[in-house]
Amino acid sequence: MIDERVVPPKRPQEIPLETHGKQKFFVRFTLAQRYLHVALFTSFLGLAATGLPIRFSDNAWARLFAKAVGGFGAILFFHKFCAIILTLSFLYHLKDLATRVFVHKEKGIFWGPNSMVANWKDVQDLVGHLRWFVGLGPKPKFDRFAYWEKFDYWAVFWGMIVIGFSGYAMWFAPFFARFLPGWALNAVLVVHGEEALLAILFIFSIHFVNTHLRPESFPMDMVIFTGKETEEEFKKKRTLEYGRLVAQGKLETRVGEQPAYWWVNFAKVIGFTAILIGLTLLVLTLIGYFGSS
Amino acid sequence: MTGPFFEPVGTCCVMKVDLLRAITSSVGSKFKILAQALATLLLFYPFMLHAETDCLSCHSDKTLQDAAGQSAGLDIDKFHASIHGSVSCTDCHTSIKEYPHAEQRTTVKCDTCHADQASAIGGSVHAKANAHPCTSCHGDTHSIFPRSDARSAVYPLNIPRTCGTCHASETLAKKYGLQNVYATYMDSIHGYAVSKEGLLVAANCMSCHGSHNILSHKDGKSTTSRGNIPETCGTCHAGVKDEYSAGVHGKMVASGNTKAPVCSDCHTAHAILQPTEATFRMQTTPICGSCHKDQLATYRDTFHSQLGLLGGYVETARCWDCHGAHGILPASDPASPVNKANLIKTCGRCHADANASFVQYQPHANPHNRKMNPALYYTRLFMNILLWGTLSFFTLHTLLWFIRAKKEQRKSRLAAEEKHD
Repeated sequence: MIDERVVPPKRPQEIPLETHGKQKFFVRFTLAQRYLHVALFTSFLGLAATGLPIRFSDNAWARLFAKAVGGFGAILFFHKFCAIILTLSFLYHLKDLATRVFVHKEKGIFWGPNSMVANWKDVQDLVGHLRWFVGLGPKPKFDRFAYWEKFDYWAVFWGMIVIGFSGYAMWFAPFFARFLPGWALNAVLVVHGEEALLAILFIFSIHFVNTHLRPESFPMDMVIFTGKETEEEFKKKRTLEYGRLVAQGKLETRVGEQPAYWWVNFAKVIGFTAILIGLTLLVLTLIGYFGSS
Repeated sequence: MTGPFFEPVGTCCVMKVDLLRAITSSVGSKFKILAQALATLLLFYPFMLHAETDCLSCHSDKTLQDAAGQSAGLDIDKFHASIHGSVSCTDCHTSIKEYPHAEQRTTVKCDTCHADQASAIGGSVHAKANAHPCTSCHGDTHSIFPRSDARSAVYPLNIPRTCGTCHASETLAKKYGLQNVYATYMDSIHGYAVSKEGLLVAANCMSCHGSHNILSHKDGKSTTSRGNIPETCGTCHAGVKDEYSAGVHGKMVASGNTKAPVCSDCHTAHAILQPTEATFRMQTTPICGSCHKDQLATYRDTFHSQLGLLGGYVETARCWDCHGAHGILPASDPASPVNKANLIKTCGRCHADANASFVQYQPHANPHNRKMNPALYYTRLFMNILLWGTLSFFTLHTLLWFIRAKKEQRKSRLAAEEKHD
């Protein structure tokens, strides 16, 4: 730990591997959750890349892109293909939740520190965090899931329902027309496009910065890929959860193996590729949005 | 070149006229005319041949040239095969009176016989052309063939090439402010039919522009003036013309409204494409939109347009897929494909399961129009507030966080450095 006094470990990824070895690693995400995240972001990138040219079809880049991949037919095919992957991922998550609630009788899924459901503390944290931003108060201490993480979760949850429903309503319009009013067939395109724009803009800017690019995690928070974080990170980022586990004497139950060197590097390649594609799409979206109007 | 092999034409002629008189005077008045005609033919036929033989004594030499180096020779076999094969030399070369004649250039006046055509050209766009008004299209005067003969320069399949002699020229097109249309025509469905399929009925230049009486399309009398285009195209496309005439656009044109679209507005004049071709399907929507601006704008907001613009997938509904192409009728007309009663059938052409509820979809809904499309208007408003509200809040949130975190980072680094020192 001598090194730490010389250079504070602001960037855990940059700590030499030997130092990593001396640290304890704690599990934050299960393997299934990590795979789910990969499935989500690959299909989302695919959906964004094939949806944006349709949304901004009057833009030159959209036509160039469409031409490059084989025209609209190809774009729509990939869009639907990615939509199915994302739908399956979403259904898998619902199935996972159901299993945890009904089969494993797991408690605390709907309420409490391990739940994604927002509570009063999240509101306090948000206010406290904002106050800290402008120097009006101390930095709040966060539990397992901070308010912005919950927001990310619910934004994606809501987004998938809204975009998914409106998308399938267009895909199978005559079927949906049986129980939707006429105007809804017009509305689904607006809803689909606007909600997708929100998702794209939010994830490729806010989520990227909040989770990966902010100074504490820069350039990428590897915990979503490795599933584990160092004790240092755990203590600092999720202070309350750490403290509670220590107090309950349950800290050891969360200890995990140190992620393999190759796996971290492999994950970095995947992760940075995703961020790069995302940022490119963000630029194209902004060009499309402000260029066409 | 001199040829003292035949007796002078004059002597022979006088003798024959005398003989003719002698013959006819001996016949009764009843048969006088018939006898006269018969005798004339019998006596003068050899003379006609004789005259041509005189000319050919020199001019059959194909290498014959005048002092200026101009060819004065003639391919007599070709000439005899041509449409003018039975016309004698002096009928056209009227300034040549005696044999042999002094070397001179003769002006041939086609209008002696072809007066109608000559006057038509005189009133046409070609009146002031530098090129010879007749030969530049009909080719060498001594080998002109009837239009139905494949050797003719004006045979239907040869016409594009003939007109192209001038009209494929970039410089000429520039000089007269014309579009260089030869290449576009040749690539068109008509050009293909003529040049590749050899269809005599396919439209060549003449079919639309006429031949001797070609007028500028700006001239109201021209076959290619806006008002006359439906009629001109209808010469072949009679069925489409009838449909068009019954539709709103046809009626407008018939009533003298030249702003209404005519055939060439959508199909173009020369680069006419097969309407099922991707290029055609891609290019025509903006043409309808040049008048129907609001409809184009609202169409652009729909999925139909979004797909359509990207290309590679051209089946998505364009204007005419729903409204019809030639005989467009107002939606209130029960025969219109966009009449409420026909929507299931019309939409069903692409959307196999279209039902009564499905066809309530508005292909021209305007999300900005609260009165016309209130539900859509409020949906869009809600989505926009959600979009910009969320983004504004979190952009500010994340920006402030980022700045603060940077400050913290610098502070703790400084603190660490101090500690180290």
